[in-house]
Amino acid sequence: MSVENTEQSVGKVVPQMADFDTPLVLRSGRVLDSYRLMYETYGTLNDRRDNAILVCHALSGNHHAAGYHHEDDKNPGWWDGAIGPGKPIDTNHFFVIALNNLGGCDGSTGPASIDPATGKPFGPDFPVMDVSDWVQSQARLIDRLDIRCLAAVVGGSLGGMQALRWAIDFPDRLRHCVMIASAAKLTAQNIAFNEVARQSIMKDPQFCDGRYLDAGVYPKQGLSLARMLGHITYLSEDSMREKFGRDHKSGTLNFNYDVDFQIESYLRYQGEHFSHRFDANTYLLMTKALDYFDPAADFDDDLVACLAQATCGFLIVSFSTDWRFSPERSEELVNALMEAKKSVAYMEVDAPQGHDAFLFPIPDYFSLLSIYLKQALVAEAQT
Amino acid sequence: MRADLEIIYEWISPQSRVLDLGCGDGELLSQLQKTRAVTGLGMEIENDKIIACVEKGVSVVKQDLNKGLQNLSDKCFDTVVMTQSFQQLDAPHLMLDELLRVGHEAIVTFPNFGHWTTRRYLGFKGRMPMSEALPHMWFDTPNIHHCTFKDFEVLCLERNIRIKERTVVDSTHQSRWFINLFPNILGEIAIYRLSK
Repeated sequence: MSVENTEQSVGKVVPQMADFDTPLVLRSGRVLDSYRLMYETYGTLNDRRDNAILVCHALSGNHHAAGYHHEDDKNPGWWDGAIGPGKPIDTNHFFVIALNNLGGCDGSTGPASIDPATGKPFGPDFPVMDVSDWVQSQARLIDRLDIRCLAAVVGGSLGGMQALRWAIDFPDRLRHCVMIASAAKLTAQNIAFNEVARQSIMKDPQFCDGRYLDAGVYPKQGLSLARMLGHITYLSEDSMREKFGRDHKSGTLNFNYDVDFQIESYLRYQGEHFSHRFDANTYLLMTKALDYFDPAADFDDDLVACLAQATCGFLIVSFSTDWRFSPERSEELVNALMEAKKSVAYMEVDAPQGHDAFLFPIPDYFSLLSIYLKQALVAEAQT
Repeated sequence: MRADLEIIYEWISPQSRVLDLGCGDGELLSQLQKTRAVTGLGMEIENDKIIACVEKGVSVVKQDLNKGLQNLSDKCFDTVVMTQSFQQLDAPHLMLDELLRVGHEAIVTFPNFGHWTTRRYLGFKGRMPMSEALPHMWFDTPNIHHCTFKDFEVLCLERNIRIKERTVVDSTHQSRWFINLFPNILGEIAIYRLSK
């Protein structure tokens, strides 16, 4: 850890576990009888218990959003740039909660967990999760922490969808909804990318119909391919050109089918690295949750009527080169929020990084997030 | 508060819904929210100004006004305000219709190109007028559609827009009795209250 990092870091954190045995009825109609949620918290809950921010993770994230677990950790939590003392989600003022969602593979109950009914991993039998199921389970965690109303629910991408679901399903339990590089539903193109990712996993011979853990194998190739495809869509054409151009890996063309270009090497590394740390069934489940998300569907596809449920303020942020969750998708949401007469702040931030921009400390974006949350705190203190 | 905003302020009913186009740092809406309990929304293109609005607790959306207001439904605001950016639009005449489509009432302010100092500058120097209020060179000015009060009033007439009230002020936004003798020569900034 560099000195600069430790100064603004939440420091060493210890993940916590919460076990629940009240059955959770899922959107699919299935029931999860008991489950565990892994979570971390940063900062201090105040006496009024009203300064809590829930941070929701995207497709591949988890409960480790900030700080580090061991002194020799190579990387801090996935959103360490935004969470910490003096950072936009300022732990000097807020009590931050981050969890690993159900169906995840970092300690919360998911496909790789043991099914108490069989004594074997759930595998493909783990129920497909919907964003509303996650939000329901998150609300139970918030109950467990004895928090009635969150100062904000914050998330990027799939995390933003959870924040929106909170605003619709639990309007009196959050004061602000912050959606970054997100959307009210996926486009057909987006679902198409997810389907290719799923197919690459499911067509891997080692997938074994999802029972790879029982068989003692792993669909590494498929998961790796899925991640490579995902990665391409998270970057913009410009950022890829900027980062890799047509640079050669070895300085010359090989005239074979091995790696010639830097971009190939990068994608292979990303895929390989990801396949070691992520569960294939979880990847399938997360992409399905993305595809199924469409809260307006319960309101005759009327997004305005859907958003009318919400009573919180909204901050919506998009990035100019994000083509996976483009500014137009955010604007659809903003237009519906304006029509529904909700309090809203929206900025499209100029950024070259594509969808990944939401993880970068881009000055306008971080100032906006920081000031929005600070203002939320001031407004609360005045009421 | 800026003097022109003070005049506008008086024309806005308590508890109404107000849209401020090119709202800058959100000063007007912030004041209106605090003292008149209006529900305000600002639109702005510059990020630092959007952040300034958020800091004041003003709802604000980043939007390029030259792309129109198609994303807003009819009569969704009581009053639509546009201060000092009317002359910067690609198509001010179309925006005028849009203001009164989305709002029951509109308040528009712009600098008068017919002011005597402007006339003198062009008349004697033979060059495009520049002043403290118009500090840009002709080739890089954001003010691409200058007009005079008369021009504006003719446009309103042609588009069946009713001028409910007009206040003409000098560059310090003070209204002086003699300005109204020859407003199109002595007035520097006009504040119009419009409806259809």
